[in-house]
Parts: sequence; structure tokens; C-alpha cells
Amino acid sequence: MAEAAVAGNGAEAKMRVWRGDASGGEFRDYTVPLQEGMVVLDVIHAIQAMHAGDLAVRWNCKAGKCGSCSAEVNGKPRLMCMTRMNTFEPGETITVAPIKTFPLIRDLVTDVSYNYEKAKTIPPFKPKPKEADGTRRMYQEDIDRVQEFHKCIECYLCQDVCHVIRDHDDNKPSFAGPRFFVRVASLEMHPLDTDDRLEFLRNEAGLGFCNITKCCTEVCPEHIKITDNSIIPMKERVVTRFYDPIARLLGALGGKKS
Amino acid sequence: MSTLAIDKRTLRQDTWWLEPMLVVLGLGAFAVYSTWAALQNGNYYAAPYLSPFYSPCLAINCEHVSVPLFGSWYNWSPAILILWIPGGFRLTCYYYRKAYYRSFFWSPPACAVRDAASGYSGETRFPFILQNIHRYFFWASLPILAFLWWDAIIAFNFGGSFGIGLGTLVLIANAALLSLYSFSCHSCRHLCGGGLNSFKTAPGRYKAWGIITKLNEKHMQIAWTSLVWVGLTDVYVRLLAHGVIQDLRFI
Repeated sequence: MAEAAVAGNGAEAKMRVWRGDASGGEFRDYTVPLQEGMVVLDVIHAIQAMHAGDLAVRWNCKAGKCGSCSAEVNGKPRLMCMTRMNTFEPGETITVAPIKTFPLIRDLVTDVSYNYEKAKTIPPFKPKPKEADGTRRMYQEDIDRVQEFHKCIECYLCQDVCHVIRDHDDNKPSFAGPRFFVRVASLEMHPLDTDDRLEFLRNEAGLGFCNITKCCTEVCPEHIKITDNSIIPMKERVVTRFYDPIARLLGALGGKKS
Repeated sequence: MSTLAIDKRTLRQDTWWLEPMLVVLGLGAFAVYSTWAALQNGNYYAAPYLSPFYSPCLAINCEHVSVPLFGSWYNWSPAILILWIPGGFRLTCYYYRKAYYRSFFWSPPACAVRDAASGYSGETRFPFILQNIHRYFFWASLPILAFLWWDAIIAFNFGGSFGIGLGTLVLIANAALLSLYSFSCHSCRHLCGGGLNSFKTAPGRYKAWGIITKLNEKHMQIAWTSLVWVGLTDVYVRLLAHGVIQDLRFI
């Protein structure tokens, strides 16, 4: 598969890229020379250089860490900079479209401010008072669990793929999305945090909308187990608080905040 | 939003429909077989083996009584008395929810493929809000597991003398797989220690949480393996009871 895609043998990348804005547009075909080691973002840059100087694309680090170049490559939400060209069949036409869930600005660029608005609604970290010697202590086993959540690069691919808002625009006001369930989980499980976000999760953040179909986990470029390690544990804490009369009676199953 | 050509059901070109189709076939086949087997009200015991679909057998009229809770007035299949527990456990399981929401409800059928229904309220309303009772089914599954292990132990007893048949091994594997399925459950993981914010103060629960977490990573694989195995166990006992096959005796 990869042999045809190496430098010097005249291999070409056939691309079908979305061109247009919120008022309309179309897919346009471009062909550019393919070189060894290219990723989709390189090909988009080659199209800019050779055929379409006005092709709008948001990008920054080219290393899978800034979370800017999210797009839908052959219909799958991906980071363009982390999608290698040699993973496609030689000669295959590769479709590149903007992420679907957010309003289109132009070409491959969307307005992701929905996410920034949701971020503002999350009750912030509220640490417990310092100990007598003026410090706060955390233990490794408590940090290990939340460390995973801190890998998030905010590419919003999970938000894009989540069908709750991708296919149902009307749910946007009442649903925060997987990225912010990860954020809330990192705070709720934090050994020093004292705030309680379970009521927020159930109501404002709309955790109940999630039907755990795990697409967020499938697309995460940082391989955060969003569903198993943040959403389901948060659902279980919400169950303890609101749906489990026996746990409420016992009153002790949920740790410090439940 | 008028994004026209972009606004298709999906732009995916791979065989995204394959996985939901296989799940429909797999879960559908199991649902049909288990319903049929549960309604047979017979041929579920071939001494010393009791089919897991009928265990524990709670009626006086059972071919093999585990606990005689229901008197001779009860004439329906004793499987009905018990199957709602493992059935409800699997129906509300976080893995099976993913599987059937995708395959049967097309909500969504696959990632980045549009939902079939135009409206969506997830698990915020009846009936899906009932998924929140999953942990009760987890608790209820534990006594069932104890009975299945008991069935596996008495499967060594061939009319008073010790023996091992193929059925003994089948029942042991069945009890083991169903135990793995129950203990790898997400609710179990939460109850063991996931609900804590600090593990430092609860080293025992931290250790339990660690073990369950490892198991939980394989919850899907265990769910399928145990599902197929429990079905095959019933098939094996049923074929023995019908006299279609003879049990292979090792000892």
C-alpha cells in the first residue's frame, strides 16, 4: 500500500475538499504530488500553495498537540496533522470536510465558540484549606486517575462526533458535551477539590443525554477513555445522588461529596 | 444551516454498517433462542446438570428444585421467575446499551453517521431514564451467581459418586464467565472505589477498584463470551435431556 505513495515515483494525492461558507458551497477536486511522510494537513498546504491560495484552514503545531486542525477525513473526525497519507489506498480520492457540528465560517474553518461558552459554565476548582504547615498534599494514587483527563488538547473532535448535538442542534443549549464531562470528572475526582457539580452535571450539563455510544472515545487523538473513565463514573455518581434510594439511605457510598 | 453537499447522512465510505448488522444478528439470535428455551418448561435438567436459564429453579414443579419458593400452583416455566434478573442486568449494562442504541435504535448507527430519529432526549426521560437502576441488577445478579457456582459444584456428583463429565466443565466455565461479566461491570467498579475522591484513605477499596478496572477494560469481550457460553450451556443440557447426545465422562 505504502510503496506507491513514496517520493520520486510520481505518486499523486487526489483530494476532494469542501469549499464554501454558511450560505453554500461544493466539494472541489485537487491533485497534488505526494511525498513520503505526508499527512493530510501537508496535502492541504500543498493545495494552498499550488491551486487555491484562498483555501481557509485552521492549523498551528502540526504535531497533534494544539488541537486546531480538526476536520472530517473520508467522513471521520480526525486531526489532519495526525492522519498519514500512507494509511489510504494509492489512488483513492480523499474527502476533507469541515467538522459538521459547529457553524461553518469558510472552507475547513468552523466557529467553535459553543465550546468556549460551555467551558464558562463549569464551576471552577475550589481547593480545600491548606494544612497546618501551610501546604496541600496529594497522593500519587489519587493523581494517577485524573492525569489522563489533563491530556485533552481541546480539538473538539469528541464534541463534533457526539450525535447529541451533531444530529440534534436543539440540544446544544442543554448539553455540555464529552470534552466538558472530562473536565468536570477531572475536578470531581480531584482529591483537593471541595465543590459539588453533580446537580450541575444532571441539569445544566445534560449528562443524561449521553447514551454512551462511545464515539467520543473512538475519535479522541489523545486516546482518553472518555466514556469509561469520565462519563460513566460521573453517571454512576449522579445515580448515587439522585436515583439510588438505598445509597442515599446509607449515605456513605460516594466519598466526600455524596 | 445550508451546507448543502456537506449535509449528507454521512461522508464515510467504509463499511460502517457491518458492526451494527453483526450486533443485530448476534443479539437477535440470542434473544430468539433464550425466549424459546425459557418457554419450553422442560428438558432443562439432565442429572446432574441444570441449565443456567432455569437456575435457581424456584418452583415445586421444577425438574430439579433449587429452592421451593413457589408451590404446586405455579405451572408456568420456572425460567420466567429468574431470567428477568440477568436479562435486566444485560439490558441496562453500559456495554449493551452502546451496542443496542447503535444497532437497533440507530442512535447513532455508527460514529459520524446521522441518527435515524429526528428528535432525541437520550436517557433523560422515561423509559431510558430507568437505565439508572443498573446497579440494582448488579446486586441481584450476585445471588444468582452463587446458585450457578452451586450448580457447578453439584455437577461433580453423579448419583452419590464423584465424577467429572464434559457438562461439569461446561457449567464451571459458565459460572466463571458470568462471574467475570458481573464483576467487570461499570457499576461494580464505581461501588468498589470509583465513587471515592481519595484512594489514599481507603487502600482496600483502591486495590479492588484497580482489579475491577483491569477487568472492566474487557467488559465488552466478556459480555459476548459469557452470552454465547450461557446459551451453549443451555443447548448442551437440552441435548442431553432430549437424549440426542451422551455426556462425555472423564471420571
